[in-house]
Amino acid sequence: MNRTTKRRRDRKHTPKVEMAGLYQRAIQDAFHKLDPRIAVRNPVMFLVWVGTVVTALVTLDPNLFGTVAAPPNPQRVLNGSITVILFFTVWFANFAEAVAEGRGKAQADSLRATRSDTMARKVLPDGSTQSLPSTALRRGEQVKVMAGEMVPADGEVVAGLASVDESAITGESAPVLKQPGTDIASSVTGGTRVISDELLIRVTADPGQGFIDRMIALVEGAERRKTPNEIALTVLLTVLTQVFLIVVATMLPLATYVKTPTTIAILISLLVALIPTTIGGLLSAIGIAGMDRVAQFNVIATSGRAVEACGDVNTLVLDKTGTITLGNRLAEEFIPVDGHGLGDLAQVALASSIFDETPEGRSIGQLAERLGATLEFNRATVEGVEFSARTRMSGIDLADGRQIRKGAVDAIKGFVRSRGGHLTPELDTAYEKVSKLGGTPLAVCQDGEVYGVIYLKDRVKPGIKERFDQLRRMGVRTIMLTGDNRITAAVIAQEAGVDDFIAEATPEDKIEVIRREQSQGKLVAMTGDGTNDAPALAQANVGLAMNSGTQAAKEAANMVDLDSDPTKLIDLVTIGKQLLITRGALTTFSIANDIAKYFAIIPTIFSAAGIGALNVMGLKSPQSAILSALIYNALIIPTLIPLALKGVQFRPLTADQLLRRNILIYGLGGVMAPFLAIKLIDWVIPIP
Amino acid sequence: MLQGWIQIALTLLIILLLTPPLGGYMARVFSGSETRLDRLFIPLEQLIYRWGGMGSLVDMTGWQYIRAVLFSNLAMALLVFMVIMFQGLLPLNPTGLGSPTWDTALHTVISFVTNTDQQHYAGETTYSYLSQGLGLGFLFFTSAATGMAVAIAFIRGLTGRPLGNFYGDWTLAITRILLPISLVGAVILVAAGVPETLAAPVVVPTLEDATVQQAIALGPVAHFEIIKMLGENGGGFFASNSAHPFENPNGLTNLLQIVAMMAIPTALIYTYGIFANNRRQAWLIYAMVFGIYLGCIGVAAIAEYQGNPAVNALLGGPHPNLEGKEVRFGWAQSVLYAVTTTGTMCGAVNAMHDSFMPLGGAVLLTNLFLQIVWGGQGTGTAYLFAYLILAVFVTGLMVGRTPEFLGRKIEQREVVLTSLLILLVHPIAILIPAAVTLAFSEQLAGTSNPGFHGLSQVIYEYASAAANNGSGFEGLADSQPAPTALWWNLSTSVSLLAGRYIPMIALVLLADGMSRKPPVPMTAGTLRTDTGLFIGVTAGVILIMGALTFFPVLALGPIAEAFQIGGGL
Repeated sequence: MNRTTKRRRDRKHTPKVEMAGLYQRAIQDAFHKLDPRIAVRNPVMFLVWVGTVVTALVTLDPNLFGTVAAPPNPQRVLNGSITVILFFTVWFANFAEAVAEGRGKAQADSLRATRSDTMARKVLPDGSTQSLPSTALRRGEQVKVMAGEMVPADGEVVAGLASVDESAITGESAPVLKQPGTDIASSVTGGTRVISDELLIRVTADPGQGFIDRMIALVEGAERRKTPNEIALTVLLTVLTQVFLIVVATMLPLATYVKTPTTIAILISLLVALIPTTIGGLLSAIGIAGMDRVAQFNVIATSGRAVEACGDVNTLVLDKTGTITLGNRLAEEFIPVDGHGLGDLAQVALASSIFDETPEGRSIGQLAERLGATLEFNRATVEGVEFSARTRMSGIDLADGRQIRKGAVDAIKGFVRSRGGHLTPELDTAYEKVSKLGGTPLAVCQDGEVYGVIYLKDRVKPGIKERFDQLRRMGVRTIMLTGDNRITAAVIAQEAGVDDFIAEATPEDKIEVIRREQSQGKLVAMTGDGTNDAPALAQANVGLAMNSGTQAAKEAANMVDLDSDPTKLIDLVTIGKQLLITRGALTTFSIANDIAKYFAIIPTIFSAAGIGALNVMGLKSPQSAILSALIYNALIIPTLIPLALKGVQFRPLTADQLLRRNILIYGLGGVMAPFLAIKLIDWVIPIP
Repeated sequence: MLQGWIQIALTLLIILLLTPPLGGYMARVFSGSETRLDRLFIPLEQLIYRWGGMGSLVDMTGWQYIRAVLFSNLAMALLVFMVIMFQGLLPLNPTGLGSPTWDTALHTVISFVTNTDQQHYAGETTYSYLSQGLGLGFLFFTSAATGMAVAIAFIRGLTGRPLGNFYGDWTLAITRILLPISLVGAVILVAAGVPETLAAPVVVPTLEDATVQQAIALGPVAHFEIIKMLGENGGGFFASNSAHPFENPNGLTNLLQIVAMMAIPTALIYTYGIFANNRRQAWLIYAMVFGIYLGCIGVAAIAEYQGNPAVNALLGGPHPNLEGKEVRFGWAQSVLYAVTTTGTMCGAVNAMHDSFMPLGGAVLLTNLFLQIVWGGQGTGTAYLFAYLILAVFVTGLMVGRTPEFLGRKIEQREVVLTSLLILLVHPIAILIPAAVTLAFSEQLAGTSNPGFHGLSQVIYEYASAAANNGSGFEGLADSQPAPTALWWNLSTSVSLLAGRYIPMIALVLLADGMSRKPPVPMTAGTLRTDTGLFIGVTAGVILIMGALTFFPVLALGPIAEAFQIGGGL
């Protein structure tokens, strides 16, 4: 098991976030949210709140809005009961939001712990330093950080070389080396700690503008801006509420005209039962919980919009290395040439790799030893030749003058020729064979004599093929980008099951392929870490930058993965879809519920009109019917809080399959459930 | 009984067979393809374009289109208002009728320009031949063409094309569709016995008593009649509309009228299928509407066939309810006509809807509430798609993507427009005025029936106005000189205007916005809207949304009345 997946699994068992006291705080917060200035932000629930106040008034004086025929005391009891239930309806909705926010806050606190105010050493133009709080730093200023100090803000290393402990953010305990100029290693994140040496850092974000600050604002919910889809849904819910307001308000004169007068409290009950309180009460909790799920995944999103866009993604552009294949290639096979035996080749290959500490080199050594090769010289007597980009070879020089080399086939050919060696077509045959298998061929020689070819194989991550299959079923296409040649790329693409690939890709190809897909109206997601990925990350609809990547890449992306695991892009698609599905499912459920509520309330309150036979549930009395429907309406909110927070379970199915499944559960279920529940409540409550 | 059902089935079969050729023809007309009538009509159309100063017909933006609709309709309304108010001075007035009251004239003009034809007057004793034939007859064509043009613009926008030019489509709707069919239809009607004359009424002695003289009203009825049906207008030449033997003398004319009502609203769905290049989806939608339509016919037909339990008790056996029906049409033809006329927003009647059994009445009201059981000329088809968009939005989220319809995302603007259009206009234009009327029923309503039926009558009147249907439950004192006529004329005028132009503006803006969105390609993750599953879900959304809004008034009106009559449901 590789480190990343192990770490992720560990996190599941030991949640980073402290949940103690969450519910006590949520209970209090739910009361604070009753403040009309806050309540008015949710039009559906605000209407219920206004209704509660009105029913409270008619509890005190049932004849406040015109004389009611019924005797006042039973009226007071009924109106009082309605008031209490309505109050709890509002309170439950507030509670749902408070719990979601509480979880977000807890998440934010753990992020904020990395953000504690530190003192920073600002470097003034004259070279002297000035001590000031990290919050006073501005973009573009330079700070000096010494060993043992916190990095005060996100920034880029300008000078110095130091190891930095990033475990507070990534959970990765091994310190990371930071130095200027290099793509990956020059960016530092505020809140990490310099362990050794010192760094000169140029601040790249104003305080409160860094990634973590943005994420804190998002998960806390306070600063949360509604996403486009959420706004559209709010519009629909508001219009539905207005429709029911008209329906119920006009019912008063209509009912009076047909001589079945009713009371204000009953009409308010009907209104509350009909307006979409279930989804209205849970909508913001769903949104906050969605952001929270992203944060739990250790991904920082800069906006809710980006998370929603994940669900809409049509195409994933993925780098081969690190995402589709494990980062390293391993020796799979030795192919001897020119009459050499397998044993000879293994012997030479082992010798060539004794100083090669790369995973590839070590795997060559291991394979050779398995084939029975042993070192026939003393390590101390030989001299290692390092790999360089210019020679594209590595190897050893033996004490007796023999030179053993391994490297790219072209490079070895050159080496052999320079030693006056002889090249046969057999080498080319072996080279082609390995290429066709999708591997990387390395030639091995001793002086002018070629011994054979090592077949280095790319290893596709376990389980990746299944995930691409799932994505395909969800209608998401995958495109693999690789620097390998066409043949190699095609083999890996086939093995991993991607839909398309681009071989010998340059960074420009990346942006090109994104533009091409977008011109067809598709939404594209990609991952990247290097500075030259930045334009593509900005161009993509969802750009996931690796935390280990450069500051430029992180600035351009709309999400940053703190674990630097590019495979997470696939999980983000699922989270985005789950968010939308949860919202849709609860909306459908909420609207479908209304049918049962109508059948509970209308026939009983207008039974004087002779429509009592429509009381198909056989509820005991008008009072019981109204209270049962209202109790159901109130209780369904806390019942669904876990679903709203956890999200509807997502299965990788086609849209049609998903629709069929969810319509059955939330549509048909939404029609049936309240019939049963209201009947049950009617049977339980002690009202004649 | 069997004979009645066979009559209904055969009529529906004719309509079904007519859909593909007519729908295909309309698609060719509005996509500018060649048709056989080109040689005949192109010179005429060129002339109209030149006289109208329309020049070359450039594509309009959403607001340009809306302005064109509103201003042209306003201009026509003013013209016809003048003709009506000065009919006493104008020719073709053999009975010497003077001006109607201003509120009657205003209501009439608004009612006819909105393709509603709600009539708070008796035609033969209020309006001259000129007012009827040229004034109202003119609006028959132009109001129907307005609806059709908006529908075509809507379909174009939805399928990603520019909206087109209102005046061009308007002209084509008249010259290529309404006028040719009307010419043929009018000749058939004349042959079947419908009068077409400018002569004054015939005065004859009655059979019972030769000293009593009776004036039998005549007029240029046949050409008026066919466009009344074809254009979903429904305003009768005579007060008793298509129940009058000179408007609808026999079974053949009755069949022709039903087919004429259904022809364009049914064919437009097929036209959409051609524009969208997705005939499968068009047929599925067609099947859904057909299913709801059949359900409506079934409920109403069974209610009428079983008859009134109180009457049956007196007669000592089951008899169909024939109160308020023409014996020459019987229960089956009356039910089919009534369900069709309320479904297609035609509003012509061959039987008194007021006398239907309560459940039959409930079906007719439901048709008016939903507005999509074929729906009005053009607007019905557009409403249907607005419902589809709403269904996509509500249920589409459940597949985990931002909802899309025809490859275009449904976002805030679309939700605002469709929910306003489908959900909000009707409660405002029906329930609020009805509540006011019934709150002050003594002063305003003037109903012939108190109680549940009175409530149904008032609701029906406003529903008919808001849905631009025009048929009436009657029994309301809504004609001058009744004291409540002024209230009825003015309040229904508001419902008429709100029910016509707010949705039209919303539809054009919706289509305009959709046409500008970049299309999103279909993938396995896209919710397909041309499957039986999705169309079934849409039917559920239509019925639930309709039921949620109007179940209380149906319960307090026709349903309560049904229980009261004692037959139960």
